[in-house]
Amino acid sequence: MDTSSAAAPPTPAPAPDASPVAVFRNVSIAFDGPPVLEDISFSVAPRETRILLGPAGVGKSVLLKLINGLLRPDKGSILLFGEEISHMPEEQIFSLRARTGMVFQEGALFDSLTIRDNVAYQLIQEGAGDEEIDARVREALRFVDLEETFGMYPSSLSGGMKRRVAIARALIHQPELILYDSPTGGLDPVTSYNIIELIAKERDVYRVPSLLVTHRLQDAFALCTHRFDPELGRMAPLPEGQCDPHTTFLMLEEGRLIFDGTLHGLLHSDNAFVREFLE
Amino acid sequence: MAINSIDRTAKQIVLTVQDYSLLAWNAFLNLFRPPIYWPEFLIQSDVIGFGSLSIVVLSGFFTGCVLALQSAATLAQFGATAVTGRFVSMSMIRELGPVLTGIMVSGRNASSIASELGSMVVTEQIDAMRALGVDPIRKLVTPRIFACISMLFFLTILADAFGILGGATVTVFLNHQNGTQYFSMAWEYLRFPDILQGLVKPLFFGYIVASIGCFYGLRTTGGTQGVGRSTISAVVNSSVLIIFVDFLISQIMVFFFR
Repeated sequence: MDTSSAAAPPTPAPAPDASPVAVFRNVSIAFDGPPVLEDISFSVAPRETRILLGPAGVGKSVLLKLINGLLRPDKGSILLFGEEISHMPEEQIFSLRARTGMVFQEGALFDSLTIRDNVAYQLIQEGAGDEEIDARVREALRFVDLEETFGMYPSSLSGGMKRRVAIARALIHQPELILYDSPTGGLDPVTSYNIIELIAKERDVYRVPSLLVTHRLQDAFALCTHRFDPELGRMAPLPEGQCDPHTTFLMLEEGRLIFDGTLHGLLHSDNAFVREFLE
Repeated sequence: MAINSIDRTAKQIVLTVQDYSLLAWNAFLNLFRPPIYWPEFLIQSDVIGFGSLSIVVLSGFFTGCVLALQSAATLAQFGATAVTGRFVSMSMIRELGPVLTGIMVSGRNASSIASELGSMVVTEQIDAMRALGVDPIRKLVTPRIFACISMLFFLTILADAFGILGGATVTVFLNHQNGTQYFSMAWEYLRFPDILQGLVKPLFFGYIVASIGCFYGLRTTGGTQGVGRSTISAVVNSSVLIIFVDFLISQIMVFFFR
């Protein structure tokens, strides 16, 4: 695992010629009122985990839904896997969405389907065989340590278990980009830590780029200062002063992107809002 | 200020009609474009068709009873009680069968469709479906419309049959008239345009019930309260639209088959 010092600006993770999986260029969006997001520009590189910070109601979830075309911007352009999706017809965007995984705030599991059918939703739509589905669902559930929930319904799971099943559903199709919408929101500290551990496991085992929305600093910092140790089977802290070079930060304030950089940059930012948020 | 308000309301209405037209048109086109979700269609046919069977049969039967009871009293003044069967069958097949069935199915299914889809919207299940690469219009709306059209067609035939049977029950047991005469009059004066009119209407009504239910369900906002509002809007608007479209179809049929 590559690490870099938090005391010095870390080197960027991806190779210089690697094209980003998602790009925002001067994106703005409004809903019957002042802009929710204004002039947002950033990109997500291969292998990169970007953590989007900001207080509640600042437009973080809206930004996440713009990436895979669930919402369309009023201005600017969005590139997903190199394709401009801002004005792409809905039918064409489905194939691109299928290449991303998304974990919603409350899990958004289909309550009329079993956990097996929820996790296998994409595979079922593609007409995969029952044996293949069962094997892949069990593997995905094993990844989130919930194999025993295979035949259960979402209503019989706790909030934390639903989020873990949602992570399994997002991972089963081997996505090329994963979007997490406040995966630890409303959960107790122990369950939150388990979810962050899963995200670190996904980052360090599968090395899939991701964008994680959160307003919980402790989760963001834990993800940046820990790595998943496959031998121990749990998250372990990086040596003192080091952080994961593939994990970087974005921060929103009233619809504007006010920070885009590393943990070192975030901790030493002069921006008054960033300082206030960190304190 | 008042002009601004009128302007906003007018734009809102135009936008709603535009959104509904787009959804209804896309859902209609999906009937002829693969993939068609046949298992969903069968499940919805069971929910809408078999689930509405009892209310449609009962409402049809008692409507026939009331028709026979009321018409016999009036017809007796002209010494024409013998045509009660003709009156009941004509009324049921041309108007009351399709309209009553449409409204009963609307009350039961437009509301359930709107609340089901509305709940899926507020819990982000629709967004999750889209994020997983599945078109919710194709997966949820089209099978419901297809099922509602086909089931309402058969439910209307059943309502007509039970309405005529209800009329016969009143005619024979309460009015003490001849049952054979009732059925003979009910059958003898039926013409092809009457049956055509009665069978064309449920096709339109089924489309209205399902598309309005889906439309209001999918545009739900504002949490559980919003789900309640969507359910009310779906039932009210589909019921009014059914009666309005009934008037239009009747007008067209009268024009072509007078």
